[in-house]
Amino acid sequence: MIDWLLDDSPTSRLQANMGRAWRVWTALLRNPLAVVGALIVLVLVVMAIFAPLIAPYSPVGQDLANRLMPPSAEHWMGTDELGRDIYSRVVYGARITLLIVTMVAVIAAPIGLVVGAVSGYFGGWVDRVLMGVTDIFLSMPKLILALAFVAALGPGIENAIIAIAITAWPVYARIARAETITFRDSEFISAVRLQGASATRVILRHVLPLCASSTIVRVTLDMAGIILTAAGLGFLGLGAQPPLPEWGAMISRGRNFILDQWWVATMPGFAIILVSLGFCFLGDGLRDVLDPKQGEKQ
Amino acid sequence: MAFEPSTGAASARLSMLASRAWEGVASVLRFAVVVAGTFLGLLAITFFIGRVVPIDPVLSVVGDRATQEVYEAARQAMGLDRPLIVQFFAYVGDVLTGDLGMSISTGRPVVDDLARVFPATLEMATIGIIIGVVLGVPMGVVAATHQGSWIDQVIRVLGLLGYSVPAFWLGLVGLAIFYAGLGWVAGPGRVDIFYDGLLDPVTGLYLVDSVIAGEWDIFWNALDHLMLPASILGFFSLAYIARMTRSFMLDQLGQEYVTTARVKGVSERRVIWRHAFYPIRIQLITVIGLSYAALLEGSVMIETVFSWPGIGNYLTTALLTADMNAVLGATLVIGAVFIMINKISDVLYRILDPRARR
Repeated sequence: MIDWLLDDSPTSRLQANMGRAWRVWTALLRNPLAVVGALIVLVLVVMAIFAPLIAPYSPVGQDLANRLMPPSAEHWMGTDELGRDIYSRVVYGARITLLIVTMVAVIAAPIGLVVGAVSGYFGGWVDRVLMGVTDIFLSMPKLILALAFVAALGPGIENAIIAIAITAWPVYARIARAETITFRDSEFISAVRLQGASATRVILRHVLPLCASSTIVRVTLDMAGIILTAAGLGFLGLGAQPPLPEWGAMISRGRNFILDQWWVATMPGFAIILVSLGFCFLGDGLRDVLDPKQGEKQ
Repeated sequence: MAFEPSTGAASARLSMLASRAWEGVASVLRFAVVVAGTFLGLLAITFFIGRVVPIDPVLSVVGDRATQEVYEAARQAMGLDRPLIVQFFAYVGDVLTGDLGMSISTGRPVVDDLARVFPATLEMATIGIIIGVVLGVPMGVVAATHQGSWIDQVIRVLGLLGYSVPAFWLGLVGLAIFYAGLGWVAGPGRVDIFYDGLLDPVTGLYLVDSVIAGEWDIFWNALDHLMLPASILGFFSLAYIARMTRSFMLDQLGQEYVTTARVKGVSERRVIWRHAFYPIRIQLITVIGLSYAALLEGSVMIETVFSWPGIGNYLTTALLTADMNAVLGATLVIGAVFIMINKISDVLYRILDPRARR
């Protein structure tokens, strides 16, 4: 099996792709921090999927007799001002965090990729206009821009996702453009074009797949920033609305108790830090494997 | 006849000088166009957010409790019956003449509000960047010269935490530990309540105003209040500046001329500071500029936590009351300052680094 994967002359496209995936995987496994990062992300995903099985209590069930209890064997992270179990809320909060980062990646990365690839492929005035817009967005403060967008759209989780995606795409456009320019004039692109492929087909089938690996690296590295922005919006009351157990909103509710009941605000913060660190580790590992050039530059 | 060649040379030199001067003028012009374009883009974005995104822009300005007359008057005043492009140019004209509209929550022109709150943010971010530079640069240099040492590890960890710790959370934890727990610093706000309003706002920076007025009590009190939020901001810039300094230094220390200097017998200290550090100070200007701009943005969250009456607090208060004129005004000012700092550090880099001059 491994021989088949590592064959130097694969006989099918499937074998080539599988072999490449296998090499990336084994290279990742050699990097201990990347493994830790992957495990943290895996735990996040498992928590999100199996939240009802993992959480010992309901995330919204109130128990006013047991409000503001310190961490104990019964309530690992204590309870909040309505007697809700903070650990259960953190577990359910994984769903919201995962939803936000996935949706932002799904919206922002393709937009950025297409803008960048079109810009790099056609060049000329198309390039100048698209990159002009991209640069304007790049030079804006991201958090402030997201805040202003949410203010106009109204608070809520969908609007938070849209606002973050609007501020996230320009980076991917820059990456895709830089990659596209390096192979725009190469022979395989000319060959495809001579066979009569349309510009759309060349970009979608031949340009974009080659931009994928550096984009995946960048998206993973950006995840920490996206989580922090989302938590910030939640903290300001502009993201997920109560009683949803969003981590940033939980910290904001714990603000009033920070001096005496420190656990209410600190526990969700640890969850944010851990998950952000996980994505950082994984992103660093992926960069070393998929995009060594970029690693050297930094 | 005899001096013809020399006039030829002179005219050649003259035309070279002229072309170089022209290049200089052209690059200044190009730069001005880029900056103007970016500002116009910023205006387009805030215009878009204010007039196009909301379902009813009038409602978002006057609030939903406005009477029919107020609503109609606002609609007229905003000129919403005109084509969008005309509205945009009217908006640009308003902004250029310093008219950002009225804030519905304070009842004053947004420009006046912003001028009043901006110094508080500037003071905090400036102390923050000073902390970041004074600690971050030496730490980065030591980390690069002692690779794998404890300080190198500390910087790695700090760098990672700088990317993954929410600023507002760190602010809360800092308040709980250093204010409530240890009592080392003063609590939220810029000064204690009984000092409030005692200072004549000359610059709006309490540290400067109190010295001008000779009120040393207020100076120390303001510093006491400033220390924690500024240190937290400083932590984020320290993490970034130290990491970048380390990687720039490693780049230089790996160069052959550094080896040559060492072989020549130059002292290690001179190698580090004179040969390796000297060339990177230009790159550092860009890094420091970037993180200063980032601090202005980061202060939005910190100010909310510390009830710091700066532009971030103004913005978040406006967000919660849906005071769109104030939101857009604050966004515009933060965005403009952010762009300015970035462009200025870009220019400084080009002026100081001969390689970047073309």
